[in-house]
Amino acid sequence: MCQVGEEDRYRYQQDGPASASKKCVKCKDASAALVIRAGDAYCRSCFNESFVHKFRAMLGKTRVIFPGEKVLLAVSGGPASCSMLRQVQEGVSQNAHKKLRFLPGIVYIDEGGVVGLSKEMRQKTAFELQELFTTTGFPFYILPLEQVLELPTSVVMPVQQQSEPVTGAYKAAVDHFLLHGRKNDVSPEEQENILPCDVNESQTCALQQLIGSAKTLTAREDLLNTLRHHLLVHTARSKGYSKLMLGDSCTRLAVKLLISISLGRGAQLAQDVGFSDSRYGDVISVRPMRDYSAKEIAFYSHMFNVPYVSVPSLHTKTQDKASIQRLTESFVTKLQTDFPSTVSTIYRTGEKLQTAGRSSSAAADGSRCLLCLCSLDTVTDVASALQATLISEQLSHTKIQGPESELSTAEEYCSIKGEGTCRGTGGGVVCCSSAKEVDTPDLRELMCYSCQLTIKDMSSIHHLPHYILSEAQRRHSRSLMREEIREFLLDADEDD
Amino acid sequence: MPALCSNCSEKRAMLKRPKTGHSLCKLCFFFAFEEEIHQTIVAAKLFKPGETVGIAASGGKDSTVLAYIMKLLNERYNYGLKLMLISVDEGITGYRDDSLETVKRNQQQYELPLKIVSYEELYGWSMDAIVKQVGLKNNCTFCGVFRRQALDRGAIMLRVDKICTGHNADDVAETVLMNVLRGDIARLRRCTAISTASEGDGVVPRCKPLKYAYEKEIVLYAYFKKLDYFSTECIYSPNAYRGYARTFLKDLESIRPSSIIDIIHSGENLSVREGVKMPVQGTCSRCGYISSQALCKACVLLEGLNRGLPKLGIGKHHRLHEKILSQQPLTENEEKKLKSGDF
Ligand SMILES: [Zn+2]
Ligand SMILES: [Zn+2]
Ligand SMILES: [Zn+2]
Ligand SMILES: [Zn+2]
Ligand SMILES: [Zn+2]
Repeated sequence: MCQVGEEDRYRYQQDGPASASKKCVKCKDASAALVIRAGDAYCRSCFNESFVHKFRAMLGKTRVIFPGEKVLLAVSGGPASCSMLRQVQEGVSQNAHKKLRFLPGIVYIDEGGVVGLSKEMRQKTAFELQELFTTTGFPFYILPLEQVLELPTSVVMPVQQQSEPVTGAYKAAVDHFLLHGRKNDVSPEEQENILPCDVNESQTCALQQLIGSAKTLTAREDLLNTLRHHLLVHTARSKGYSKLMLGDSCTRLAVKLLISISLGRGAQLAQDVGFSDSRYGDVISVRPMRDYSAKEIAFYSHMFNVPYVSVPSLHTKTQDKASIQRLTESFVTKLQTDFPSTVSTIYRTGEKLQTAGRSSSAAADGSRCLLCLCSLDTVTDVASALQATLISEQLSHTKIQGPESELSTAEEYCSIKGEGTCRGTGGGVVCCSSAKEVDTPDLRELMCYSCQLTIKDMSSIHHLPHYILSEAQRRHSRSLMREEIREFLLDADEDD
Repeated sequence: MPALCSNCSEKRAMLKRPKTGHSLCKLCFFFAFEEEIHQTIVAAKLFKPGETVGIAASGGKDSTVLAYIMKLLNERYNYGLKLMLISVDEGITGYRDDSLETVKRNQQQYELPLKIVSYEELYGWSMDAIVKQVGLKNNCTFCGVFRRQALDRGAIMLRVDKICTGHNADDVAETVLMNVLRGDIARLRRCTAISTASEGDGVVPRCKPLKYAYEKEIVLYAYFKKLDYFSTECIYSPNAYRGYARTFLKDLESIRPSSIIDIIHSGENLSVREGVKMPVQGTCSRCGYISSQALCKACVLLEGLNRGLPKLGIGKHHRLHEKILSQQPLTENEEKKLKSGDF
């Protein structure tokens, strides 16, 4: 369990009379190096052991990663993902019965272009990481975020989800592995580095334009998250990895949960912060570091010299109120100082939630968000926050007579009441903000509630990468086609 | 040149809507604000013709605007409702005087019947009398618990079918955040509901017609309509987390004004994993109010007051509930523990 609640009670034992007498509660032999909870002192090796145990327990309990499977570790250079890398590194080199039996690879995405780092700086970081990754012997990929501009449409076309693993599938896989596996134990040396010096200047420029077209830092960070994830998923997919391992700690996930709520992502919350996220179908994201608090990780990486590289992010050196993400982070951090159980409470709230049921499995692409690929949460009851917002917009600006819309919400309500007196709310209402940019299909209707907010904050959608715009175009023409042949379709609601 | 109203394009814009950012003239804002609430009421099917509806009136801005709008919409759209203002008087000298005066003025202005139910009437104890017995340190527990039930008890006494309260969008969003921070999954699931069905005899169905109205717009509406309200901040803050959630929400709103509605959208779309244990909602065997224990908190507190054992109900004394219910005498030791005035 996440022990963040007690983290303020972790204390390094200072040299002094008190620490000399303290023995480790686990081995009752070695002297304690840090204290977990009052009276629960651990020595170095017992702390290490419990840290390592937690990682394996998480993988064992969840049974999502199969033996022999290729797993891509997304390493950001920070202490959490670097500690995760260390766990995997030690796990695969263990002796037989304790050995982690999957085949790891590493991916690092260099976002220096977005933050405006110089080529030299980016180069330097890339070399540091290259050195770090080489020592692991795992295949690795160091990729600039600029690569996202070249992605194929397949990234945002949901792959038919593998049906939920049948009970016993995990055991079958283990048996199979024990019989036939083994031979692939040592993966062939493979690496792909597109070093910053190889990045085309014009691409960096295009990326900056794209991120810059988001007018708020909140939207910029959200967009960056989405793009980064697209590149991660694509890398995993194209290199044959079926799992993507993310280094989110329990502290990070608590912050993320609150960010998701604040950004209107309640419907996909469980996937955003859960152990596994299968919205990309054939590439499943997993978060094995979710039971460690940030402080626990900090202790670990400090005590056991886990190397990490600090990389500036979009909101480094910004004020608390620069963005929703930044605000939430500092809010949780401060609250955690006053109430040490804050993070673990929020985190446990997340554990009790699930992704809202609407067609979450085998959803057709028509009902998936164009950007984040969650099931669309925009089909809501007549009495809902979304409808209320639409009504407010309709009632607040001049109506332009557009093509007759089938169901004006306002008219519908009035007919329920049997009153015809709602002035000015009937007819096709064209929102002034969506009326511009006529040549591109209205992206908003292809997106979930929260991604729409991000797009609303953008001055132009023309800088979006080609793969996103062309997929939008494809979905748009599909729906036009469907409209045209509607009367011949027997089951008009079941799309694609 | 002053900006024109983005709705009628004729009159001068007088305000910028916090909710949408549009610049509107006074009349267009009034209409939009009222119409939105009407559409919420219709879409969520909050009322049935012929019902008697009690409007919880505190004299504050939310309930004043609610009373005004309910009266207006009931007439404009022929809801066919019998409306009445219900106010709770805790019996704290000085505290309620001004706000009750406001409610009394509202009664005349809106021509709505007003019923004031006092703690004295409902519980046999005024807050002043309670403070005398328990001291200032723990009176918050009492007034918080008593207030939660006062409306229900009052509504039953007055035989109303439904209560509507002035909870606005900010309140709902704040509650979502607070329940996440507290990890209260049961409340998190319930708190975005716009209405509650009757849950037992002691509870009257409630609804929040202002659920999607921004607090700032409520103030704008009251300001331009020159509605008479009394600004009271609740002097009791029984929950520290609410304060944190409120500050956080205000900061979020300053970054992205739609945050309030975005959080409600999140709350409406959360779904609880199957198999997560929810507290069993029982009812109080004495008064019928929802309670997870045999006796609800209010009844335990009352029992304590009446027996001169004020500590009962403040700590965890669930084991004693059975004894109280069956009217068994307490042991000397138990009495002693519950008596000591100094909490
Ligand atoms: Zn030890
Ligand atoms: Zn989305
Ligand atoms: Zn106007
Ligand atoms: Zn109080
Ligand atoms: Zn009771």
